[in-house]
Amino acid sequence: MLKLSIGRRVFLTCNYVFLIGLSLLCLMPFVNAVAISFSESSAVVAGKVSVWPVDFTLSSYKYILNSHIFLQTFGNTLVRVALGTSLNMLMTCLLAYALSKEKHAFRFRSFYVWIFVITMLFNGGLIPWYMTIKEVGILDSVWALVLPGAVPVFNVILLLNFFRGLPKELEESSFIDGAGHWTTLWKIYLPISTPALATIVLLTMVGHWNSWFDGLILMNKVEHYPLSSYLQTVVIQMDFTHLNQKDVQLLGVISDRTSKAAQIVLGALPILLVYPFLQRYFVKGIVLGSVKE
Amino acid sequence: MSVAKWWRELPLHIMVLPGLIFVLIFSYTPLVGLVLAFQKFSPFNGWFGSEWVGFKNFHTAFTLPGIGQVMWNTVFIATLKIIAGLIVPIIIALLLNEVNRVFIKRGIQTLIYLPHFLSWVILGGVLVDILSPTEGIVNTMLQGIGIKPIYFLGSNHWFPSVLVGTDVWKEFGFNTIVYLAAITGINPSLYEASIVDGASRWRQTYHITLPGMRSIIVLLATLSLGNVLNAGFDQVFVLYSPSVYQSGDILDTMIYRMGLENFQYSLATAVGLFKSVVSLLLISISYWLANRFANYRIF
Repeated sequence: MLKLSIGRRVFLTCNYVFLIGLSLLCLMPFVNAVAISFSESSAVVAGKVSVWPVDFTLSSYKYILNSHIFLQTFGNTLVRVALGTSLNMLMTCLLAYALSKEKHAFRFRSFYVWIFVITMLFNGGLIPWYMTIKEVGILDSVWALVLPGAVPVFNVILLLNFFRGLPKELEESSFIDGAGHWTTLWKIYLPISTPALATIVLLTMVGHWNSWFDGLILMNKVEHYPLSSYLQTVVIQMDFTHLNQKDVQLLGVISDRTSKAAQIVLGALPILLVYPFLQRYFVKGIVLGSVKE
Repeated sequence: MSVAKWWRELPLHIMVLPGLIFVLIFSYTPLVGLVLAFQKFSPFNGWFGSEWVGFKNFHTAFTLPGIGQVMWNTVFIATLKIIAGLIVPIIIALLLNEVNRVFIKRGIQTLIYLPHFLSWVILGGVLVDILSPTEGIVNTMLQGIGIKPIYFLGSNHWFPSVLVGTDVWKEFGFNTIVYLAAITGINPSLYEASIVDGASRWRQTYHITLPGMRSIIVLLATLSLGNVLNAGFDQVFVLYSPSVYQSGDILDTMIYRMGLENFQYSLATAVGLFKSVVSLLLISISYWLANRFANYRIF
């Protein structure tokens, strides 16, 4: 091993310090929020809380877990994630399989591909989109959060490219053994694509968990909001116009800085829990998109 | 023969059908709704019963006071985000590449792309709290070193910088990983040969690492061109307030307020159509460039 020059050592030390500082910068705001959520309000107001709770207490969490509106919106989000992810994955698998076929095996492939790709390039904008959903008659129901985004075109393309990277012999041997398209998709393609599918499932779930704007404009009552929309309107913007009388009594509690922090922490918690898995598949997911022939 | 072929392809058509129906309803019907932009829309008469007014809505929209400012804000904020979002990850990836200890390298990677997976609602909640002028931890620390509290989210002077800074903070980790992957793919024998030739670390970075990253840099740069009108609705919506409309209001937030708060459906649709058309042009150009210079095809 060569001995490092002094300049090199100085550089490496500075580099470590800088990069570790940078990662702490990414982590600190969350640590701060967690610390606030576990602290006594008086200590927070006095500005004593930075990275560690002061006068440790669970009272914010107790308030929240008794607040029916928080639990209700949390439940709405769970329903949305479950329904939305299932529908998205069904669409993704079916479309990716069919559209991964060569032109001679599926003559309408290019036509269909363009129909889907155009939706990524051009859209009608907010107002016509909103009015369409209103006309379909699903406003104020969970279907409004699930059906309009049923076809995640970007994921379809990811999986489509992945399918195209698989050896042709797999499909051929499956057909020779008498399997049709459905069996080939179900018994051959999907089982060997597990890592790719896991990536897409996780990203889809995170997407549904995080999305808030659709809930905000497509739902009329706060009870029907998903959690993120509730956090955005009631907790962060403190817009109480959509709340009913019973919930307005909770306002003092909701707008308290410690319980705000606690609600935000709880809203981020599921993402933090799946994060290690996301991370494992994540780089694969990036590679996934670049597998091409 | 033809019938047999149809029969063989039938399952594929059936697989496409459900997705096709969803897309026709929720993506193509709104395109029909773009007729609103050319009408004086009234909810009672619907999409086709309303009075046609030609390009009047566009004329009204583009003579609104403040529209120039909104356009400028949109392009300004988006461009700064694009530039900073390109350069910062390249630098961090190069620095991270110099870290030899796998454990530390992986730890840093894990932390820097954590914010990418959280929504702007969560990040907004956290940022509003830490940037608060009276109670936030940032201003408490600034006061500690003798600087007066800054109202980051309420001052037109600071707001655009906060938008760009926090956007880079959220997203740089993601692109850093992409660049690192490109660096990992560089053939190690290139470095060995250059060391034999007496190349310094700087020369190795300049002549091997950066050229090795070139194609991915060109790709990300060209693709980001499509975002010149996307200044980040989620982020701005979560962080802005009327006091920073002057420096922070962008096309998307203006469309939202026009359409869904003031119910000027036709006007909002017209502005939205303008944005969609310009974006389509930009995306087409960026895909063409990406294809030309980085050999990129999306499917």
